[in-house]
Amino acid sequence: MTAVLLGIEQGDIGLAGLAASGILVAVAVAISLWRQLGLARSLLWASFRALVQLLAVGWVLQFVVDPDDPLYWSALWIISMIVFASWTTSRRARDVPHVLALSLVSYFAAAVVVLGVLFGFQIYDFEGRTLVPLAGMVIGNSLAATVLVSRQLLIAADEQRDLIEGRLALGLSASDAYKPHLRQALRTALVPQIETTKAVGIVFLPGAMVGLILAGVAPTDAVKVQISVMYLVLGSVATTTAVMSLGISRELFTPAQQLRRRTPKPDS
Amino acid sequence: MSASNAFVLDHVEAGIPGDPILRSIDVTIPGTGITVLAGPSGAGKTTFLRLLNRLDDPLRGEIYWNGRALSDWDPTELRRRVAMVFQRPPLFPGSVCENLQVALPDISNERALHVLEHVGLDADLLDQEATTLSGGEAQRMCVARALLTEPDVLLADEPTAALDSAARQKVEELGESLAGSGVAIVWVSHDTDQLRRLADHVIVLADGMVRATGTLAELDASEDAIVRQSVGAI
Repeated sequence: MTAVLLGIEQGDIGLAGLAASGILVAVAVAISLWRQLGLARSLLWASFRALVQLLAVGWVLQFVVDPDDPLYWSALWIISMIVFASWTTSRRARDVPHVLALSLVSYFAAAVVVLGVLFGFQIYDFEGRTLVPLAGMVIGNSLAATVLVSRQLLIAADEQRDLIEGRLALGLSASDAYKPHLRQALRTALVPQIETTKAVGIVFLPGAMVGLILAGVAPTDAVKVQISVMYLVLGSVATTTAVMSLGISRELFTPAQQLRRRTPKPDS
Repeated sequence: MSASNAFVLDHVEAGIPGDPILRSIDVTIPGTGITVLAGPSGAGKTTFLRLLNRLDDPLRGEIYWNGRALSDWDPTELRRRVAMVFQRPPLFPGSVCENLQVALPDISNERALHVLEHVGLDADLLDQEATTLSGGEAQRMCVARALLTEPDVLLADEPTAALDSAARQKVEELGESLAGSGVAIVWVSHDTDQLRRLADHVIVLADGMVRATGTLAELDASEDAIVRQSVGAI
């Protein structure tokens, strides 16, 4: 009844619905003011920024995903996402040698592997409408894990230097000497994703599924899409972190199998 | 340039570019017995030793072992033939047996027990967590681990610096026993009593340069006060 009053059709909450959902921002602001949290301005600014960013993206996306438009617009969009994600990673893990180049390779590899499976097996139709959002899921969900694995690998190289050089001194190759630390860093990056995957449907209902159900899709169909998205995220995180960590471990050692000494870059 | 495990350092400079720790090092390390690297703290002894295991490369100059430049050796092969033990023994996670397996993955139980006996460790320690060993046991376990690669040379970076006198004596006896069996040893020490007990040959480093080199008797007779002080002659 309320939905009808607000003019919500399937998949479209309308401007009135959008405005009404803003009441929830007002609730958060009210709580901040009531408890003197000093977050009212931040809440308003973040909400406004999200609104503008997403409206802008939605407006541009409608041209990119238009079935009549050539796919190179989608390709351009994906490249932009990879470049932006790589730049963000390089800012957050600035001590990693050649971090920008490594990030570009890692996100590109994940996009090729994951999208290759999704479209190669015709799980989704190959068109802008599917290509851009799926690539966004690949890259966006890999970002935090990629930064985490990068930082973990550098911390291991610094704090476990005596163990790594102890193995090198026994005649192990650089990759064998660093393997236990590489394994630990990858586990640290992947375990949260595995836990999230295990908890899905029990502890929380994931965003893609909720969005589809709200848009009027049958829950059983929404679940199928959601499962493919969960697998996509797992595959993306695993591929990106694996490529990134292999690249970093090569950067940390000289061709003579010596652990390089790093000079940490100052935070900007 | 002689062969037989001797090292020859030719105009070696090492450390940080623009601020080297070692400068103009021209010295030969004999391929037999125990050579002690002596000198005050900060003289560059550890930097010197790391060059021989190729954990670091010199900024300038060349190092030869067995008549061949270190840069021409495969680093992993070189490190198995020129083994190194550190001042603070690096203990890998797991048991003593698992630590030995890092050096020799397919080590037999018999070989593991034999190498423990060789360094004077009890066979019962084989299944013990390496991190629970005492300082002296840990250092001897690290020597045992290094010996599994059957090295021609053992580099020892102040291996007894953190040990009590009983443990220190056992490690020194192990060093002498290894030298007696034909393993050349380069031993870093700033303990002049230890130097006088062990050294067949001494290299004195000071301010990143070789101050003197020779037998203990030769250096005792030196007119250089720093050299005599470094070998405990004063």
